Amino acid sequence: MIDTNFVNEVNALSEQTIQLCYHCHKCTAGCPVVEDMTYGPDRILRMVQFGEKERLLSSHDIWVCASCETCGTRCPNEIDIARVMDALRRMAVAEGAAVAEPDSVKFHRLFLGLIQRMGRMHEASLMGFYKLWTLHLMDDMDSGVKMILKGKVPIIPHPIKGRGDVKRIFEATSSEEK
Amino acid sequence: MDFSYYPGCSLESTAAEYGESVKAVFKALQVELHELEDWNCCGASSAHSLNRALSLALPARNLAIAQGSGRDVVVPCAACYNRLKMADYEMQHNEERRAFIEQVVDFEYTGTVAVRPVLDVIGNAIGLERIKALVTRPLTGLNVVSYYGCLLVRPPEVAQFENPENPTLMSEVLTALGATVHRWSHTTECCGGGLMLPKPDVAVRLASRLVERAREAGADAMVTSCPMCQMTLEMRQNDSGQPMPLFFITELMGLAFGLDAAPSWWKKHLIDPTQLLQSVGLNKV
Repeated sequence: MIDTNFVNEVNALSEQTIQLCYHCHKCTAGCPVVEDMTYGPDRILRMVQFGEKERLLSSHDIWVCASCETCGTRCPNEIDIARVMDALRRMAVAEGAAVAEPDSVKFHRLFLGLIQRMGRMHEASLMGFYKLWTLHLMDDMDSGVKMILKGKVPIIPHPIKGRGDVKRIFEATSSEEK
Repeated sequence: MDFSYYPGCSLESTAAEYGESVKAVFKALQVELHELEDWNCCGASSAHSLNRALSLALPARNLAIAQGSGRDVVVPCAACYNRLKMADYEMQHNEERRAFIEQVVDFEYTGTVAVRPVLDVIGNAIGLERIKALVTRPLTGLNVVSYYGCLLVRPPEVAQFENPENPTLMSEVLTALGATVHRWSHTTECCGGGLMLPKPDVAVRLASRLVERAREAGADAMVTSCPMCQMTLEMRQNDSGQPMPLFFITELMGLAFGLDAAPSWWKKHLIDPTQLLQSVGLNKV
């Protein structure tokens, strides 16, 4: 049985009308990362319409998408597919799906966690925690060290005065998507 | 002429030289920059990937601060520009969303302050004539391509800046500086910046392809206006062949203006451009 309500859910979350797609493939043809995807943008839209929730939420595609917005810019039906990808990401995390790219979620979570605490990014912490959490300990050691020596990775964080504001923003937006 | 200034996180860290060159060049052009008081992170790509409401509220706080100043905001980072503009766009076009963001951020949106990328301010507010007038060391013989990347121009209805498939302003500025600008195929193709850490091999492929195409078009260096692109292209271009230096547009402006500070910016690059500059007689002041 096809879950025909799924497309309505995704339409609402992404604020797009996915059924407008007529598979001209301009999006897939222009997608810079399609080689690393399993389905590609226009097949993702088809799968949404077929109610393929599990396959979508556990796909690599939604995390491989670089949010470059080439797809949406070129779509003759003005579907912003990058926003559909964002909606599927949010759904995957919210529903505890078997995320195909756990490093991506870890990265985003760490990034946002640091903003929540300090109001701005602290790259040294981001890099440190990311390496520890993903165990990619040796990646980019040479360029990382170079950057530190060139003074481009502040060691001491500088939280903003208004970090309470930022924390409140996080709290106020933490529930259901608006 | 003066503007409010939103540097964004990377201009104080991984793209420090971009920040320094923006300030130096604007000073030389006698355009005052007033940094927004206690600005916060725009949310970058992580916010919109995990929480749309957050991705609009975070930049909206900066718009609230900017409104207080009454000046238009200049934003050097393409990604920050995109997020600030998106928040502004949503509040202009969506009543319900505007009310929600106003409540979350605790301000009243007036829509009176414009958000402008630094390239827009340079090319359209300051203008090519004023830029040409300050050039003391034309970048003669420097072969470059303009690399825009994604977020300055897409989605077009939000970014509202240039043709999203064929933007030309950066090339016009570079030509005004005396550089030899080559037309090429990949000016708005993605560098994979958002994937730089979580999917580094994808970023390597994208970055390497860009460098290859730039070289194919006749460039010895690439010029950009996005700190993520500059960093991704420096760190993720693969090692085969000569490394391709990456300049920020304001760095080349500073060089062409003969600013003393320019050599200090090259020291911050991961790919040293001094050999290239030397080869066209642009190294020593």
